[in-house]
Amino acid sequence: MTSKEKELNNKPEKEVAKKYEQYVKQFTPRPKYFSNSLKAFFVGGLICIAALYVQNLLMDKGLSEKNAGAYVTVFLICLAQLLTGLGVFDTIGKFAGAGVFVPITGFANSMVAPAIEYKKEGPVLGIGAKLFSLAGPVLVCGITVSAIIGIISYFMQ
Amino acid sequence: MDYFYAFVIGGGMCVIGQILIDTTKLTTPRILVIFVVAGAVLTGLGLYEPLVKLAKNGATVPLPGFGYSLAKGSMDGAKDGFLAAISGGIKNTAAGLTAAVVFGYIIALVFSPKSKR
Repeated sequence: MTSKEKELNNKPEKEVAKKYEQYVKQFTPRPKYFSNSLKAFFVGGLICIAALYVQNLLMDKGLSEKNAGAYVTVFLICLAQLLTGLGVFDTIGKFAGAGVFVPITGFANSMVAPAIEYKKEGPVLGIGAKLFSLAGPVLVCGITVSAIIGIISYFMQ
Repeated sequence: MDYFYAFVIGGGMCVIGQILIDTTKLTTPRILVIFVVAGAVLTGLGLYEPLVKLAKNGATVPLPGFGYSLAKGSMDGAKDGFLAAISGGIKNTAAGLTAAVVFGYIIALVFSPKSKR
């Protein structure tokens, strides 16, 4: 059989496969890009506004901008971790998607969620190790890049 | 006006994250890493600082803000010498990191896993 004949024989099968793919596509639900993005936008924006409001409150009480910012970060992290422990964060995350995972609350959640999940393996290898199973890569990459940036700016002076 | 910019910039970053989740097959840890590294690199290039000045918490609360604090710490430290250039990043984010580790550990000790509702 020449290659051309082979191609001809395969042709109907390929067409059937293609048709089938189109047929399946009609019934698979497409992610709702627009409404998902809208939810993420509003929830994420609200978190940032709340953070700014608390920071302004703290600065009114006489804290420097840097310290107030640190307190706000700590507060957001603790709140997100508490909500994760109570099991509420997952429910919020299902609704808001990236709206709660892109702010620092997502980072806090990514530490506690696996730690609670693997609690049975003990306080050292369970909780201690799994706290960093998702946060570890973020810290390693972030700290490496920041050190490189620091070294570059030291030599560029 | 501060609140408006914080809302728009912060929300905008979340939309970028949502689009990455919906349209690509990137896993969550990769998206987190991309955001933090992007924030740090943009800070190194001097492009993120104006955004922080404009939107304040709208730019510092999302994950690129974590990269921003890391890079800012090392860049500020670089003025004081080589050692400060290396340690500056962690020093600048120490409060948040310590809180996340300590409080996270306590939370994981106190609460037990729940079935998803």
